[in-house]
Amino acid sequence: MVAQPREAPVSRALTASLEHAAPAWLRACDPRLRIVAAVLFAVVTVGLHQFTALLAAFGVALALALTAGPLPQLLRRAAPLEGFMLLLLLSLPFTVPGHTWFELGPLAASHEGLSLALSIVLKAGAVALMLFALLATLDMVVFGHALARLRVPERLVHLFLFTVRYLDLLQDEYRRLRLAMRARAFVPRSDRHTWRSFGWLIGMLLVRSLERSQRILAAMKCRGFDGRLYLLDRQRWRGSDSGWAAVMGLLLGGLLWLDRL
Amino acid sequence: MTAPLLELDGIGFGYPGRRVFERVDFRLGAGERVALVGSNGAGKSTLLRLMVGLHRPSAGRLIAFGCPRESEADFQEVRRRAGLLFQDPDDQLFCPSVLEDLAFGPLNLGKPHDEALAIAHATLATLGLEGFADRITHRLSGGEKRLVSLAAVLTMQPEVLLLDEPTNGLDEATEERLVAHLASLPQAMVLVTHDRHLVERLATRAVMMHDGTLRDAVLHRHPHTHSHLHIHVHPHAQGAPEGHEHGAVEDQD
Repeated sequence: MVAQPREAPVSRALTASLEHAAPAWLRACDPRLRIVAAVLFAVVTVGLHQFTALLAAFGVALALALTAGPLPQLLRRAAPLEGFMLLLLLSLPFTVPGHTWFELGPLAASHEGLSLALSIVLKAGAVALMLFALLATLDMVVFGHALARLRVPERLVHLFLFTVRYLDLLQDEYRRLRLAMRARAFVPRSDRHTWRSFGWLIGMLLVRSLERSQRILAAMKCRGFDGRLYLLDRQRWRGSDSGWAAVMGLLLGGLLWLDRL
Repeated sequence: MTAPLLELDGIGFGYPGRRVFERVDFRLGAGERVALVGSNGAGKSTLLRLMVGLHRPSAGRLIAFGCPRESEADFQEVRRRAGLLFQDPDDQLFCPSVLEDLAFGPLNLGKPHDEALAIAHATLATLGLEGFADRITHRLSGGEKRLVSLAAVLTMQPEVLLLDEPTNGLDEATEERLVAHLASLPQAMVLVTHDRHLVERLATRAVMMHDGTLRDAVLHRHPHTHSHLHIHVHPHAQGAPEGHEHGAVEDQD
């Protein structure tokens, strides 16, 4: 029996976030603080030069990521990035000119290339881990609301929230159509029939999405929609949030200080 | 007799290349619950959408709440006073959280924030959905979505309800809950449905869409003598013979 290709649950992964995996103190943190902290950490980390500071940043991010989710899940999420990093690590030493580290036939690896590759790997890793810890553990809807509170343009926020809302539906529609194709013995091959069928599938998805969007607009009009959208949420800044903001400030200050040494 | 809430006078409508109906006359009076029945594709949903101006008639006159309605501005007022429940709740629930979706209508009507929230909470309570305020709309079950989308229409406090197959795809318990709630509402209603049980429970009158026109249908009740096949699960004693008889249970239907 041939194993059926499983559809990747893209939207499920997106909408069912790791919110429940996060520790209680992180969940209690104001989402706005988490977003700002993650962004600032990324900016500071990318600007670091010293290896001690980079290692410290990586260590902090890793520790935080490990408290926010189990290791296997973390590895699975980090895998695509690390694959790309491996490529850098292999190619950069040979392409950056400088003092020779070792020679491999006609190719010479340089110390400068190695340190450049390592610093990129550490920076990207630290930023990604911090995003996993602080943002991937946020519910998508809460994330959208927090963005709006941070004065991100409302249109973008609503676009984001509509995407979250309807991605699942689109995915379900795709799965249903795909199942219906399979039920009539469709097996993808590399021939005209397959490509045409997939074309129809995608076309049908587009048509249905368009029709759905028209129905949604009609339903919104029925409830008096006049171009304005409203967000209701109850995010409140608390004393403990100021505390965490101070901790984050100290951490970022510490990293910058380490970098100056 | 008081003036009808909705009045359709010789309404015609067609999509490009296809006539859906012509010369449709219809009146909805206060307190009436009219079942609109007819075969698939007869244009029942289209007629509901026409009543709130989502489609425009090619002929005829539409009078709602005492005024003839023609322009988009006219219909904006109609939509505030006549709530349309869509067939697919996913078309209707577009806000991330249930509370936001319920407050969307009242906020559009210009109600202040607190009042909109109060209306939303009160509406949830009357439908027995108290715990749902912070639920995420796309993670609700099909039945829950339907009840919440009804709640979203009711927060507009409409005078007329236009329901497009409200019980479609619901299990018996949810349907019962929905029908019981609808029966308790004072609003005049137009129900598009294939559900005989719903017609029997709710409708005061029925009209039938056939060949592009609307005819009065007769609602009548007569006793049937028939047998039903019921599905019920019961444990069998060990070694019971195949095809054994069960004691007769009085038919409830």
